[in-house]
Amino acid sequence: MRDRRTMPLGWDEAVDLERDPAVVPDPAEVEVPEALRASITAAMQRYPDRHSAVLPALAAAQKVHGWCSPEALRQVAAVMQVTPAYLSSLASYYDMLRTEPIGSRYVYVCTSVACHVRDARAVYEAIAQEARDQELEDVEVRNFECLGACDMAPMASVDGRYVGPLSEDDAHELVAAVKENREVLPGRGLGDEGFRLPWEDKA
Amino acid sequence: MTGQLKKLTANYDEPDLHRMEVYERLGGYGSARKAALDMTQEEVLDQLEASGLRGRGGAGFSMGKKASFIPEGTMEKYLCCNADESEPGAFKDRVLMQRNPHQLIEGCIIGAIAAQATRAFIFIRGEYETQAKMLDAAVTEAYEKGYLGSGIFGSQTDLELVVHRGQGAYICGEESALLDALEGKRGNPRLKPPFPANQGLYQGPTLINNVETLCNTPAIIEHGPEWFAAMGVDKSTGTKMVSVSGNVQRAGNFEVELGIPVREIIYGLAGGPPEGRDLKCFFPGGSSAPVLTKEHLDLPFTYEAMAEAGSMLGTASMIVVDDSQPIVPLALNLAGFYRHESCGKCVPCREGTNWTVHMLERIDQGDATPMDLEIMAEVQTNIIGNCLCVLGDSMAMPIGSMIKHFRGEFEQHIEAARAARDREHIRAFSAGELAAAGEAGPA
Ligand SMILES: Cc1cc2nc3c(=O)[nH]c(=O)nc-3n(C[C@H](O)[C@H](O)[C@H](O)COP(=O)(O)O)c2cc1C
Ligand code: FES
Repeated sequence: MRDRRTMPLGWDEAVDLERDPAVVPDPAEVEVPEALRASITAAMQRYPDRHSAVLPALAAAQKVHGWCSPEALRQVAAVMQVTPAYLSSLASYYDMLRTEPIGSRYVYVCTSVACHVRDARAVYEAIAQEARDQELEDVEVRNFECLGACDMAPMASVDGRYVGPLSEDDAHELVAAVKENREVLPGRGLGDEGFRLPWEDKA
Repeated sequence: MTGQLKKLTANYDEPDLHRMEVYERLGGYGSARKAALDMTQEEVLDQLEASGLRGRGGAGFSMGKKASFIPEGTMEKYLCCNADESEPGAFKDRVLMQRNPHQLIEGCIIGAIAAQATRAFIFIRGEYETQAKMLDAAVTEAYEKGYLGSGIFGSQTDLELVVHRGQGAYICGEESALLDALEGKRGNPRLKPPFPANQGLYQGPTLINNVETLCNTPAIIEHGPEWFAAMGVDKSTGTKMVSVSGNVQRAGNFEVELGIPVREIIYGLAGGPPEGRDLKCFFPGGSSAPVLTKEHLDLPFTYEAMAEAGSMLGTASMIVVDDSQPIVPLALNLAGFYRHESCGKCVPCREGTNWTVHMLERIDQGDATPMDLEIMAEVQTNIIGNCLCVLGDSMAMPIGSMIKHFRGEFEQHIEAARAARDREHIRAFSAGELAAAGEAGPA
């Protein structure tokens, strides 16, 4: 996999200087799924300036397409009446927007400093290894920056559900559950009924 | 002072606190109603300022004073609640929003009245999916009740509130980058001045406050500024959420009175390092705060004492590191974070974070000499104060502090890694693994 930390996307691709830049698409020419159009339009109405809706719009398009594909960008561009280049400048900036079809779901494993001192690197590597061994598909597995749950370190976010504290021994079950679309580590998710950290008094 | 003092989190054991009826039954929205109906904007401002409440998002600036910088005039004004919480070690806003979303909404109403804002935004980091959903549900309830929208609480005041989700970028927590992100741009910090209070969101006057700062306002309006100022010491008034993480036995959030000894937080509340381990250092205010060591354990936990010791209270996210942790990988992890999160707009930060990572990698791989330590320390000095925002400083200060406190360990690491690398080369050379002589012989 490309090392996303060192070089920006597209650094090794030649630019086609002959091609005209993509313009604001004609709404009549772009087909947009109705639900997506409705959610983007609603987002635009929430703000005094429609550009503010661009992150919610891209997130919604990513939900539909799995990533910010050229087609996804064209659809958002058509509804919002902005250029695709503007959208791709954002998609490549924000960590949660995907510029490659890596997977429509995600497992983010935190390896930032508070998790680091609790062996997060080993947990991440175990999960990444399991994902390869179990041939997990359509899921983006990556190490991530602090997810704001250092109390449950080391931890991971599975499609927004925070689970932890994790150990290397959890890797197999975590990946299997993601693969089989089961709930991951029931009872160990933040927000689960009666969730307590191991050292907190049981209610 | 010992133990917790639960004011902000007083009702956290109440089941279903996140629901309007429960929050209201416990007196919720009383302060916002009072501020909207019975108080003038100046009175609200005065009370906030008199309470001594300081920003809980990092810089520790007086909230009332910042709100008073908002100019008069008919232009549209804005309130932005900073719920981006992405600093390694920080996880207090998560709990405040998840357990008691209405308290934050009430705080936003009071903050908006103080700033005469008619539009408010809560900028929440994208990774907080659960919390965003809970806030959305709470906002809907507040609209239904008429506490948000036009003529809030039946007054002449209007207030629209939108929960805006980020998409993953630490820099969007920096206030001017947050504004750019909210305007639909890449989250790059702006050159200041103009400050957001004068020209912020959509060029309008904007008050930006952290979640915890705003959450404190309802109780100040309810009990009065004297009540709040009576807690804490000197210019550090009130209680503070402290997030303790890292090598401790009981990580978690604790609400304490400011001025409590640091030892009481790390050892009393969080149980100290695991059995058989000793404290090596700690970050008192998130990963951006210079590290402190054992000698600082008996300091009172206040903005002033942390600054005097050469660090900062910041977000009061205490990351504890025990003696099992070597310093170089820790520094490398930290620098790697800031390199990843640097937006790249200004040179000292973009290059400084990158080169710091490179130099730490050299140290770790045995390619460095003790002189590199000087160069690295100098790079940090050249970052501090020279960037558009303090993201660069946020790496330079803790890295600088690590070199200062643990120089001996850095030097040992340099020597040990060099010796290991040389041994490996000699072994490979003798085993005939190196193809051509001179390709990578021992230095
Ligand atoms: C790189 C960087 C990241 C920041 N992240 C946050 C954050 O996540 N949350 C926050 O409240 N403040 C953050 N801040 C501080 C804000 O710029 C700002 O000072 C704060 O939101 C003001 O609110 P307060 O006065 O209530 O503390 C950050 C600052 C910098 C330089
Ligand atoms: S460092 Fe891992 S969640 Fe904060």
